[in-house]
This record gives sequence, structure tokens and C-alpha cells, in this order.
Amino acid sequence: MSYEPKIVGFLCNWCSYTGADLAGTSRMKYPSNIRILRVMCSGRVDPTFVLKAFREGADAVLICGCHPGDCHYHEGNYKCLRRYHVLKKYIEQMGIDPKRLRLEWVSASEGKQFAALVEEYTQQIRELGPCAVKEELDKGEKKKETVDADLAKTA
Amino acid sequence: MTEEKKKIKMAVYWGAACGGCCVSVLDVHESLFTVVEHADLVFWPIALDTKYADVEAMEDKSIDLTLFNGAVRNSENEHMAHVLRKKSKVLVAYGSCAHMGGIPGLANLSSKKEVFRRAYHDSESTVNPDKIEPQTVTEVKEGTLTLPEFYEEVKTLDQVTDVDYYLPGCPPNTARLVEVFLAVVTGAELPPSGSVVGASDKPLCDECKREKSDNKKVKKFYRPWEVQDDYKTCLLEQGIVCMGPATRSGCGARCIEGNGPCRGCYGPTKDVVDPGAKMMSAIATMIDSNDEEEIKKIVESVVDPAGTFYRVSVPGSIIRRKVS
Amino acid sequence: MKRVTIDPITRLEGHGKIEIFLTDDGEVDNVYFQVPELRGFEKFCEGRPVEEVPTIVTKICGVCPGCHHMASGKAVDAVFGVEPTATAKKLRELFYMAHFVHSHIAHFYALAAPDFVVGPTANPAERNVLGVIAKVGVEIGTEVLKQRRIAQEIQALLGGHQTHVVMNVPGGVRKGLTEEQRKDIEEKAKGFVEFSKFSMKIFNDVVLANKEYVDIILNGPYALNLHSMGLVDANNKVNFYEGKVRVVDTNGKEHCKYSPNEYRDWVAERVESWSYLKFPYLKQIGWKGFVEGNDSGVYHATPLSRLNVADGMATPVAQQEYERMFETLGGKPVHATLAMHWARLVELIYAAERCLELAQDKEITAPDLRAKVEKIPTEGVGIVEAQRGTLTHHYWTDENGIVTKANIIVGTTNNNAAICMSLKKAAQGLIKKGVEVNEGICNMIEMAFRAYDPCFSCATHRLPGTMPMIVNINDKDGNVMQTVKRD
Ligand code: SF4
Ligand code: SF4
Ligand code: SF4
Ligand code: FES
Repeated sequence: MSYEPKIVGFLCNWCSYTGADLAGTSRMKYPSNIRILRVMCSGRVDPTFVLKAFREGADAVLICGCHPGDCHYHEGNYKCLRRYHVLKKYIEQMGIDPKRLRLEWVSASEGKQFAALVEEYTQQIRELGPCAVKEELDKGEKKKETVDADLAKTA
Repeated sequence: MTEEKKKIKMAVYWGAACGGCCVSVLDVHESLFTVVEHADLVFWPIALDTKYADVEAMEDKSIDLTLFNGAVRNSENEHMAHVLRKKSKVLVAYGSCAHMGGIPGLANLSSKKEVFRRAYHDSESTVNPDKIEPQTVTEVKEGTLTLPEFYEEVKTLDQVTDVDYYLPGCPPNTARLVEVFLAVVTGAELPPSGSVVGASDKPLCDECKREKSDNKKVKKFYRPWEVQDDYKTCLLEQGIVCMGPATRSGCGARCIEGNGPCRGCYGPTKDVVDPGAKMMSAIATMIDSNDEEEIKKIVESVVDPAGTFYRVSVPGSIIRRKVS
Repeated sequence: MKRVTIDPITRLEGHGKIEIFLTDDGEVDNVYFQVPELRGFEKFCEGRPVEEVPTIVTKICGVCPGCHHMASGKAVDAVFGVEPTATAKKLRELFYMAHFVHSHIAHFYALAAPDFVVGPTANPAERNVLGVIAKVGVEIGTEVLKQRRIAQEIQALLGGHQTHVVMNVPGGVRKGLTEEQRKDIEEKAKGFVEFSKFSMKIFNDVVLANKEYVDIILNGPYALNLHSMGLVDANNKVNFYEGKVRVVDTNGKEHCKYSPNEYRDWVAERVESWSYLKFPYLKQIGWKGFVEGNDSGVYHATPLSRLNVADGMATPVAQQEYERMFETLGGKPVHATLAMHWARLVELIYAAERCLELAQDKEITAPDLRAKVEKIPTEGVGIVEAQRGTLTHHYWTDENGIVTKANIIVGTTNNNAAICMSLKKAAQGLIKKGVEVNEGICNMIEMAFRAYDPCFSCATHRLPGTMPMIVNINDKDGNVMQTVKRD
């Protein structure tokens, strides 16, 4: 079976989520690889959310917010933009290809553009292949049996 | 005269540590007598002649309080963590290394292979034509020699065993240790298991004496040698990365007293899951631009986010090591 | 053949294990001293901004963080091609002398004195710093702790953090001294001088006046005929903060005298599969195995070797004591391992006197704390004399000052081969057919080791870990016959 990427999408409630909704209601087709999470504003996307998404097995994270100037909380999307660049630099140091994190502006009327974006991004991540974070980090987790075995050595 | 107090049994042990945590215990200085009055130190390799076998022979839960410092880097560290957990009523992750992985945890930005390669093959002063590397088992003509196994990654104490409390700091401020110690020996009610003790929930900036305004905005982050510190304004406001806003107070802002920036050894403030995440947000808030190209340029001046925001906490963070 | 394991080695900073193999006749066949850990600092300094490295490498060792901070700070200056200001240099050296006072006091009273003051074969429950206090009196015990605290307070004042200092920036220091602070330090330094002389007196009264101990020092199984290494100033006097590294051979003849950036011409390191710690040796001679003598590449870098390589001490009382020591021990160079304790006290006096000199230097309060960085960073070496041996830090960076490579040879590492040999010799002298290997004998073997004041948190900067000790006695098939228990 060919590899199907998992993409986590954080969409702001006011523009992007509405845009995605529009794509859905107008029966525009886009890949089901994306799992959408609604946030009130892209400025609410804490770096922790993004890191957790990777830790839980996301192959990529897509953040969408209102176009510059349109954020319902004025500056939320700029805040997101600045965080996004800091985060990209950090994940690259951790061995995660920065292409796996993406920020795009999608308005409430841009259903079509949203569908095209997901289509294109899914293809890009499919080519990149799976993200190793979950698999590699799961390996080092503690297991009770190993603790017992270790203690038994001294008993 | 009161009846003789019952002394508690206490142990101090080091995993992958620098010794600074043990020194911070010695740094009770003259209060050492107070400590000895209240506690029998039953195991403390830096200062006492007790051997591993003695600890293994102790009754389960016979040690009242164990301060475990150092990270878990190899099988010996992990083994002692398991043994001490079994023998101790209260196990404290003492210091940044046990708490979050500490400075040795920076090794998680490389693989074991890369660490060995650098130390035993590529180091400029090393001559190793036979490409020898340390082995867990070596046969010598007299018999067999063994070494602990060097793990793929550095782990925090709570990644290998259950921890009751975390006492942060690299090393913890000795005054905080004494407070916690006295609380334990006087039988004061202890906070719920899993708590951070010996530190405040407020950020370090509250403890820092530098002048600060609410409006921190910068166009560039500076390396400490690129600017002249004015010795009074908040370092962040001068553009020097300081972890104060994302770090618990409790140390006395000691690095800043020396005019150096904070590197977060007291760990993240209350309820923060990932130690560097809050600092990334704080830095992003400070960037004084809404223009993408300019933002990118300013971010470039933050030269080493992983090594700075996670200076002592790579193993304890969400992405706890570099992936390949 | 039997195996004796001492695990962990206690009362030293770090983790370690000694394996002793006996022959069928119960004689010592061989001894291995194993360092069971590595942390990998050289690797993870890569990618860091080079000016951050001085505050990262302090965590190589919490016992001598100041040494790493100084060697690293000097290497970083060299990377940027910047010469620190005169005031910055004085402040650094003042800090460093306080660091020596602190460390040497700790070693003498907490690590070495238990063996002499309480007794080498005394009950292990008493053979520790608390036992020493019980013997010499609480008053003296309190004084020890107090002097150590004061030395540490001076370090904290200058370095910000009481352990992991943040003092050095490229070209200087972050913090200056006020006149009031200087006066205060001057008073404290006077106290150090008095206390260091007093410590020497304890050594005279307790150790040198005891024929049995002198005998152990001079004739015990503790002598090792090796090359000596140490840092010296322009007059070949002992210097801890800067100068050239001088090596003299087993007869006291100069083997080399090199500047920091020439270290790779003179020193090389060897890897063995049974220890995580490498074995440095003199490169021009080459590695000839764990052997003594002039043809061997093995050297030591300790208080004793520093006194062996130097022509004297740069301060008056230390100079007197230096002369007295060599006179008593029959001239230079001295090869008696346990004389390291004596040499350490001579150094303590020097550090105290030098601390006072610097505190009396009125220029130390001048405001020129930092020289400006103007060159593009490249590569640099910094060397200081750490309490436990010559310490070398070497960094390479890209043109933004991000570390591309780092190489570190730590004080204790220099002595790795010497410690192995010293242990073997002690074991051979102490373990004899028909003699039961008891706890006391194991401790006397450990004494050979403790003389080096080895610090394995330091040495294991390549691996993290602890340093305890086991003595295993192995039979000729390598089976453990007996593990010496200490209780
Ligand atoms: S927390 Fe800091 S002081 Fe403690 S062992 Fe780790 S590096 Fe050393
Ligand atoms: S950012 Fe640093 S210098 Fe500024 S107030 Fe906070 S702790 Fe102090
Ligand atoms: S200022 Fe920051 S890095 Fe320094 S001791 Fe305090 S918490 Fe740790
Ligand atoms: S509300 Fe859409 S980005 Fe802020």
C-alpha cells in the first residue's frame, strides 16, 4: 500500500475554517489526508500544538488564518506569522524538514483555493515521505517489564 | 528538654551529572550541622564510603528521602534510578539534569554514533588507527571487563521511573534546598506528588531587578558581544535573548546578577508543557515587524533556538531528540 | 586467579570502577581502572554560538566549573582574535584564585584528610569529612566550611552564579568590582592566607610528625616514575591562569615548553575499549603502554607535577614551603604519589597569596571591562591549569561564530594512565599471598587514586555518569570469587 500522509490543519474560525467549510458544502474535492482542528484565531496556535501534532504522528502541519489586515483580533495572524518563522527554524534543528510546517492565508470565500492548497500540499508531503518523529520517539519510552527485569538482576 | 527527634534517612545520588548538584548540597556550609542533626546520610558517593552493594541490600522504602541528580545517559544510571526508587519513600528529581535532561541532554541534538565518532575518532588530538570504541564487554587476558551501556538518547529521571517531586535548578539554589529539607524533616504537609518544589510559580522577570517596560519590541536580536550592556535595562529589551519570561523564579536571578542572560535552568513556568514553546512565543511577540521578509531577517538573528530555548531541557521537551 | 572490584570509588567527583586480577598464587596480576561514562560535550558544543560555550562547559564539572569557564573564555577570545583588557584579566585571575582556594580546601579536608586524620584503615562510617571534624574539633570544622563559603562568595560576586559562573564575554568580563567590594575581598584574602598556613600546620602536625605516615608517603607502594606537566609563567614559576605548558622528564630535564595553540604537537590521546575515558600521552615519545620511566609517553599533571616542572613559586610564603618540601623529600622531581597532598597545600598558599595581591591592586576596580570584538571569528585554543591538571579547550567556528568543531582535554584525563598504573602499583604492594583483602586494604588502594584528586564528572565530559567503586576478586577463569563489601 502506498504511503498516505497525515496532515494536521489548524484553521482559524473566522476566515479559514469558513473557507474550508465552503469547500465542503460546495462539494469541491480535496484529499482526506488533512485532519482539521478549528481555533478561534491563527494567533491562538501555540507552538506546543504544532509540536504535539508532530509527536502524535503528523507528517505535516498546516496553519491557516485570515489574510493580513483581516484578522478578527487585529494582529493575531501577524503574531502567528512571527511564531511560524521561529518554529520553522527550531524544527529544522530537530531534524524535521521545515517544509512539513506551512502557513497560508485563506479567506471565508476561498473554498476553491483551500481545496487546491490541500491537494498540492498533500502531494508535496507524499513525496517527502513519512515524518520520523513518532516512530523514533516511541522507541525510547519506558516500559514496566524492562524495569522489573533490571531490578531482578540484583535481587 | 524535648525527647530525641527521630532522624530521617537520606540519600544523594548522581546519574549523568557534573557534580554541581552534590556541591550545592555541600553548600549548605555551616548549616551542614543542622542537616546532620536531622538526617542520617546513608548513601552519598561524593562524600561517603558506601558502595552500590550496600544500597541494594537495604530494605525497600527504608530511605526517607533521596535526591537524585543527573540525567540518565547509560544503563548504570538507569539501574540506580530503579534501585533507589524501590528503596526510597520520596524520590526527588534534583536539579535540571534529573528534571529535564540538563546540559548533558544537549547530546540529544546528535546521535550516539555522532558522539562516539567525535570523541573517539575525529577528535584532533586522538590517535586511533585501529578504530577502537569503548565496548560493554571486553575480554582481556586476565578476564572480562564490563562497562555500562551508553544509550541512544539522554533521558530525564521520570522517563525511567516514577518521581515524587522536582527541585529545579542547575544546580538548585541551596537556600531552596534547605527550605524543602526542613519541610520534610518537620513533617510539614507536602504538596501533591508530581509538584515542582523549591521554586515559585511566577516568572523570573518578577525576581529580576533590571528595569523593564511592558512594551518589549526589537528589530534585531544581538549576540552578547555585539552590544554594550547598559547594566540596568532588561536584557531582552536591549535585544539580548534572555529566558526570564519563560522561566520559574527561585534562583535569585543569579545569572542576571552577573550581567549574563538567563538560560532557563529553573524550567518552564507553571502548567507549561514544553520548556521552549513559551519562549518561542515570547520572542515572536517581541519581533517588531509585520512584514514577512523583515520578520525572517529578525528570526535569523536568533541563531540557535534549539540550543538556547532548550538549553537544559531537550530530553524533557516534546520533540526530545533530533530525529533522522 | 581472583578478581577484586571496587565499585563505586567514593569520595571523589565522578564515577569509577577498579578491577584487580590476582594470579593463582594470590599475587596481583593486573589492575584496570575503568571510567564508565561519557557525556559528549565536544559533540554538542557544535552548532552553539561560541560565546555561549563558556557557560555550557562549566557543566562538564560542578567541582571545577571555574576552570572550564576560564579555559573556554580564553579559547573564545582567541576565536575572535581579541585581547581582554588589563582589568578583565585581573578580575578573571582573582576569580580563579578564589576558585583554587575553594577547591583545594575542599579536597584536603573532605577527600584527603579522612585517610590521614581519621586513619587509612579506620571504620568507613567515620572515614569522611564528619569524622575529620570529630577529630580536629567542631571549631576547626566550622572554620573549614566558613573559608570555603567565603571563597565561593567571592566567585559568586564576580561570576554571578555561585557554581556555574557567567563571567566571561569575548574580550573581557561582564561585571566589575567597586572599591568597597575590593576592600572586602582584600580582608577575606588575608583570611585565606592565614587559613592556608594553618592547613599546612595541620599537615605538619598530623601527617609529617607521624613517622608511620611519612613512611607511607615515601616508601609506601605509591611512587611512580613519570614525566611531569604544568603551566609556568615567563620566569618558570607556577601559574594557574596563563603561560606556557612545560613538561619535564623523570629526571627533571625539560622535554618541551609549548604555547596553547601548539598543544597538538606534544600531546595525543589513545582509546581503549574497556574505558570511556581516553589516555593522553606525550606525542613525541609515543604510546609505549602502561609503563614507567623516561622512555614511556605517560605523564602526570597534578599539583606535584606543577611543582616539579617549575623553578619556584611567585609568592613568598609559598616559595618557602616549596623549598621546604623539596628539601625534605630529597630534591626535584619528586615521584611519591602521596606528596601530591603536600604540593596541593603549597599551591593553596600560593593561591591565597596571589588572591591577596590582586585584591590589593587598585587598578582592579577600573571600568575597562571589555575590549571590542572586531575580527571575524575562526579558531582558538585556551589553556589554564585546573586543580586536577592542565586543561585545554580548542574551538573552530564558521564566520558567524557558530561552533563547527570542539576538542577538549580535561585535567583529570591527563592522569588517566598514571592513575591506572598508580593503582596497580599500590595493589601489588598491598595484596600479598595469604593476606586477606579487606576493606582497609581496598581503601589504601583507593588512596593512590584519591591523591590525584581525580574528578570524573570532569573527565567523563564525553559521557555522563557517576563514579563509585567496586573491588572484585576474580579467579583464574575470571569468575568473581569475592566482592569486597564495605559496611
Ligand atoms: S543540574 Fe546542573 S549542577 Fe546539577 S548535575 Fe546537572 S549540570 Fe550539574
Ligand atoms: S527578560 Fe531577563 S533581564 Fe529582562 S526582566 Fe526578565 S529576567 Fe530580567
Ligand atoms: S538566571 Fe536563569 S539560568 Fe541563571 S540560575 Fe536563574 S533560572 Fe537558571
Ligand atoms: S481571526 Fe483569523 S487569523 Fe485571527
